[in-house]
Amino acid sequence: MFNYTFQWKQALARLPQMLDGALVTMQIAVLSMVIGILLAILLTMFRLSGIRVLSAVSKTWVEIARNTPALFQIYMAHFGLGSFGIHLSPFASILLGITFNNAGYLTENFRGALKAIPDTQARAARSLGFGQGGAFRYVVLPQMLRIAFLPMTNQMVWAILMTSLGVTVGMNTDLYGVTQGLNALTFRTFELFALAAVIFYLITKTITLGARLIATRLFRY
Amino acid sequence: MIEIENVRKSFGSLEVLKGIDLTVQKGEVVTIIGGSGSGKSTLLTCINGLEPIDSGRITVDGTEVHAKSTDLNKLRRKIGIVFQQFNAFPHLTVLENVMLAQVKVLKRPKAEAEAEAVKQLNHVGLGDKLKVYPSRLSGGQQQRMAIARALAMSPDYMLFDEVTSALDPQLVGEVLDTLRMLAREGMTMICVTHEMKFAREVSDRVAFFHKGVMAEIAPPDQLFGAPRDPELQKFLSATH
Amino acid sequence: MFDTALTAADFAFLARGAGMTIVVTLISVIAGTILGIVFGVFRYQVGPIWAAPLTFVLDVFRSIPLLIQLVLANAFLGTILRLNMSGFTVACIILSLYTAAFCAEIVRGGIEAVPMTTRRAARSLGMTWGQDMRSIVLPLATRVALPSWIGLALGVMKDSALVYIVQVTELLKSTQILITRLQEPLLLLMICGAFYFVISFPLARFGGYLEKRWSND
Repeated sequence: MFNYTFQWKQALARLPQMLDGALVTMQIAVLSMVIGILLAILLTMFRLSGIRVLSAVSKTWVEIARNTPALFQIYMAHFGLGSFGIHLSPFASILLGITFNNAGYLTENFRGALKAIPDTQARAARSLGFGQGGAFRYVVLPQMLRIAFLPMTNQMVWAILMTSLGVTVGMNTDLYGVTQGLNALTFRTFELFALAAVIFYLITKTITLGARLIATRLFRY
Repeated sequence: MIEIENVRKSFGSLEVLKGIDLTVQKGEVVTIIGGSGSGKSTLLTCINGLEPIDSGRITVDGTEVHAKSTDLNKLRRKIGIVFQQFNAFPHLTVLENVMLAQVKVLKRPKAEAEAEAVKQLNHVGLGDKLKVYPSRLSGGQQQRMAIARALAMSPDYMLFDEVTSALDPQLVGEVLDTLRMLAREGMTMICVTHEMKFAREVSDRVAFFHKGVMAEIAPPDQLFGAPRDPELQKFLSATH
Repeated sequence: MFDTALTAADFAFLARGAGMTIVVTLISVIAGTILGIVFGVFRYQVGPIWAAPLTFVLDVFRSIPLLIQLVLANAFLGTILRLNMSGFTVACIILSLYTAAFCAEIVRGGIEAVPMTTRRAARSLGMTWGQDMRSIVLPLATRVALPSWIGLALGVMKDSALVYIVQVTELLKSTQILITRLQEPLLLLMICGAFYFVISFPLARFGGYLEKRWSND
């Protein structure tokens, strides 16, 4: 049918190297999520602090993260910071870029989730003698995490997909970077990238299904 | 003893409490009736310090609620409040709802808190719903859970803010029965309510609020039997 | 700080890149939306079992990096099928399918948000399926779907930055070329970022406004 011979064996022979790359990809995604969540909590608090400077920092961060391409944000981390004499390694650049993006989107999610919880919940907690901190920690936060859980899962998937952009700043140890490198050696572009696609698909599916499982265990109400 | 002296409170330009005076003795049951917007619910949230007041004074057992030096979190342990919306914590089971503040606020040991929670839940007739999440309860059951949650803190006073207003008519009875039981047991209570029959039965005194003013206060037989205030007469004939 | 080697010709170069970004985005969003509506209605209409193959394919488009989709399409169409297709065509095809994959979800969500009781009422008034779809489902579903759709369209514009991989010189690629030549990354990136921001920010705000207004009634 095609005037082309598929050579899947050649690609499959490289599977171990690609799986090593997949590990790096997961590493970047997980790190960028963990730091991103912590930053997002901080930025959400900034936003709600009522202090204008902090609130402005939070808003600016969120809007830049949401209204420019992720690739732009990675370039900023790599080339942009370079202008200030800060030269980050490819790994650090991609990690910083994705973390910036995650933090921005997650802040917006957290804020939305907080809004969805009626004020009366905190009020009820206060009337039982909880202080502001206690009311937040024991009553508001658990409910917020439930609402924000699905968007957090989605962001994790995005983080995985975004790691493929590392190649633009010279990253070559992640799944996409490894595949690209193998491609330069063997020219089996279709086979190699198809295999990479399958691995990416399996990773993202595992995340979504795993998250669903965790959600049913965690949120039984 | 709760003492309310000349309390005024405005939301923006709207004055909702225009100088309220009321003293509630230990063991007394006072119900407050009146049309919507009469300020009766606001008064309750002022008593436990959820709302600030503009002038006047509220003291609970000699502690001034709105004084800067007052530890409101501590004071609120004495004063249970139940709202019109049930405010169940949806992420906790019925048992956990009633245990949470006992453990985290009163620092009771878990076993003790659980025993108290079970006792209170049995008391309001929810002994068979301990492991259930509030979303599985009817409105009446959620409201009784909220009452148990407040009672588990061993309060000296209970405030009830239109606790049956959000309920389907057939569920009102079970919640009122719980309140009647508390009244019989000698709990000091202030109830804001629209249930006239209930007010008549349980109250030592009934207060009628109209446009931010306490227009009349008297024992129920007198207030319902021979109302003096013309607005009260209008109100009663409209609700009968 | 503003001593710059940037010339008018460089600006023209950037503007051409921006033009390419807009053209690719517009084509993909329009084609992708039409496809997405077809897929979304189909999925809703035939039910989960018969729609499973389509659901799977659309899910693949959402689950692997766009960069890989472009590389694979390029290799498949060029090396395997030996079609002489321009990078621009490949970019538009893939971005359209990518858009359609997300759009189908939005459409399905919109239709599902229309209460069954409302639709039954329409049908019991004697409306046909087509009339019900057109005059009941469409207006109500649009309210639910439009804010998300605006978000999707803006997402496609941002993701179109990746079509450089099939030799389409859009805005970000143009910027990168100039960075390499002029060695002024910060200024160039700021110009580039500002372009995306100026388009995306107001539209995103508008979407948020619609969402708020329509969810309140």
